[in-house]
Amino acid sequence: MTDRPSLVRAEGLGLTFDVSKPWLNRLIERRPKQFLKAVEDVHIDIPRGKTFALVGESGSGKSTVGKMLVGLLKPTSGHVTINGEDLFAAGRALRRRIQMIFQSPYASLNPRWRVRNIIAEPVRAFNLISGNGIGRRVDELLEQVGLTSSDGGKYPHEFSGGQRQRIAIARALASNPDFIVCDEPTSALDVSVQSQVLNLMKDLQRDLGLTYLFISHDLSIVRYMADRIGVLYLGRLVEVAGRDTLFDDPRHPYTRMLIDAAPRIDGFGREAGQMTGEIPDPISKRTGCSFHPRCPVATDFCRAEEPDLRVIIAGEAEVACHMVLE
Amino acid sequence: MLSTRNCDNAVSVSPILTVSDLIVEFPTRKGILRPVDRVGFEIDPGEILGIVGESGAGKSMCGSAIVGLIDRPGRIGGGEISLSGQRIDNLSNDRMRRIRGKKIGMVFQDPLRSLDPLKTVGDQIVETIRTHLPVSAAEARRRAVAALEEVGIPAAANRIDAWPHQFSGGMCQRVVIALALAAEPALIIADEPTTALDVSVQAQIMALLKRLCRGRGTAVMLITHDMGVIAETTDRVAVLYAGRLAEIGPTRDVLSNPSHPYTIGLMTSTPKPTGGIERLSQISGAMPSLRDIPKGCAFSPRCGRAFAPCYRNIPVLEPAARTEVACWLYDEEYAKDAANLEGTGHD
Repeated sequence: MTDRPSLVRAEGLGLTFDVSKPWLNRLIERRPKQFLKAVEDVHIDIPRGKTFALVGESGSGKSTVGKMLVGLLKPTSGHVTINGEDLFAAGRALRRRIQMIFQSPYASLNPRWRVRNIIAEPVRAFNLISGNGIGRRVDELLEQVGLTSSDGGKYPHEFSGGQRQRIAIARALASNPDFIVCDEPTSALDVSVQSQVLNLMKDLQRDLGLTYLFISHDLSIVRYMADRIGVLYLGRLVEVAGRDTLFDDPRHPYTRMLIDAAPRIDGFGREAGQMTGEIPDPISKRTGCSFHPRCPVATDFCRAEEPDLRVIIAGEAEVACHMVLE
Repeated sequence: MLSTRNCDNAVSVSPILTVSDLIVEFPTRKGILRPVDRVGFEIDPGEILGIVGESGAGKSMCGSAIVGLIDRPGRIGGGEISLSGQRIDNLSNDRMRRIRGKKIGMVFQDPLRSLDPLKTVGDQIVETIRTHLPVSAAEARRRAVAALEEVGIPAAANRIDAWPHQFSGGMCQRVVIALALAAEPALIIADEPTTALDVSVQAQIMALLKRLCRGRGTAVMLITHDMGVIAETTDRVAVLYAGRLAEIGPTRDVLSNPSHPYTIGLMTSTPKPTGGIERLSQISGAMPSLRDIPKGCAFSPRCGRAFAPCYRNIPVLEPAARTEVACWLYDEEYAKDAANLEGTGHD
């Protein structure tokens, strides 16, 4: 890949939830314990200043990976390192450098707090500045995201969705983070406002050298924002590739279907690719490749043997599919 | 099996739905709000009309007005709605109830909330069929199975007795479509039918809607904010802004050759899956709230090409290029002023 050292690195990341029935039920009904593998063996490397995007359908584990990378969920296997430090062993000093922007700017801002206090919260929590400096920092942040310092005295309900997302971005920037996880930051916004927020995020990345993990289900947005993209299916990465390689030359059958099914604004009268079936229940047991029930090219080998992520083009594309040749 | 639609309409087909100058009003203490302001369009048999706009543009309110489901104190403040030649905007609640479901089918955004969780899927379809059509219980059940098969539910005969919670989101939406089609309506209003679903399922549902509409000659009014869905599914599209029609015309013309500055802005600010864009253009500001819609053209404060008349008078829909546009830039009287302004380097 690039020579730059990666800022964020996740290795063998996995999260398994115990979804068994209570002990007594299991005893009476003679049921074994049940586990839900939400995320399995995910490797992610994000160089400083770059954007890595995770795409996938609902239930594929996108948000779960995002939460593990900020430390909101503790993985059951694997580890996350930020700039070489283990995220779960490190203290608050490292946590300061990681922030998150959530999907709904309506639910992620406290309605009883003034915007000024919402943005100042991380500054106070980490004791970054004291006294009057906080006010100046908040004004600076507000201006950075395209609001004015008089907006600081208002409450979240006085703002539109796009402006609220700007406030959420200002709050994320308040602790001078290096790495921001953006979980569907524009999917609650309208198109004309969405482009404002996306452009703002790009500008901030350029100016402050931020590193993003960008989670989205919208392929067009991902193509606009990301440098490198990982496609998740049932908690496993099935393809990781550079942006243009992924879109121009998708290799995994699932990636192909996903790209083909996405509506296009220039696809007049196009019959969008018909993907068969839906993402299955993650609890149900499966053998072989998790995509084989929906895959048009699956063979008996795919049904028996689970494929691992293999390098197809060195430093550019990795695919987990038996049918893709190097 | 796809019936080829005659797009030229050389033989005039009488439209299934005609909406003219529709106004929806909500009286409040601070004055009357108009979420829908003089909107008019027609939908022909077998045609899919897209209604597109941002949240608060009045898309859903249009749909609710047509089926007579505007919540009090809202009311239809003017205009006419006709279904197959019959006026339906002034009917009593009772008569309207007989039209809903029978002549107009509805599909909403959240499929799980559109179904009764305490009834099996089959019972709900049978109930709808028997309410609107004079058939026996056995015949209704047979039709229900056929309806489920038609919308692509595998093993329909077995799954008819399943409960809504046993279906996935995509399967539920299929059931809702089967329900909407049960009484063989002339018009289907689909309000963001795939917004809650994944892209792979969305493609399946859209293809299904298209096939059913073409096969049966049902008119479809598809309300969505997704330009991609509009491009791939609809024949014509109406762009709403702050309750008013900004532009209407054949989908291809409106999307690839838009005339209204708002439509142009929408198209250029949507990221394209083909990539190659380093920076999206953006429309500054946000849609005004209903309480303070600007004087003149509602889009004027955000419009880069606004000139004097835009701030004074509300533009009316006029033909421009291949679409109809409500914009003073395309008014003959003002066209010269506008051209001069553009010439001086304004953009």
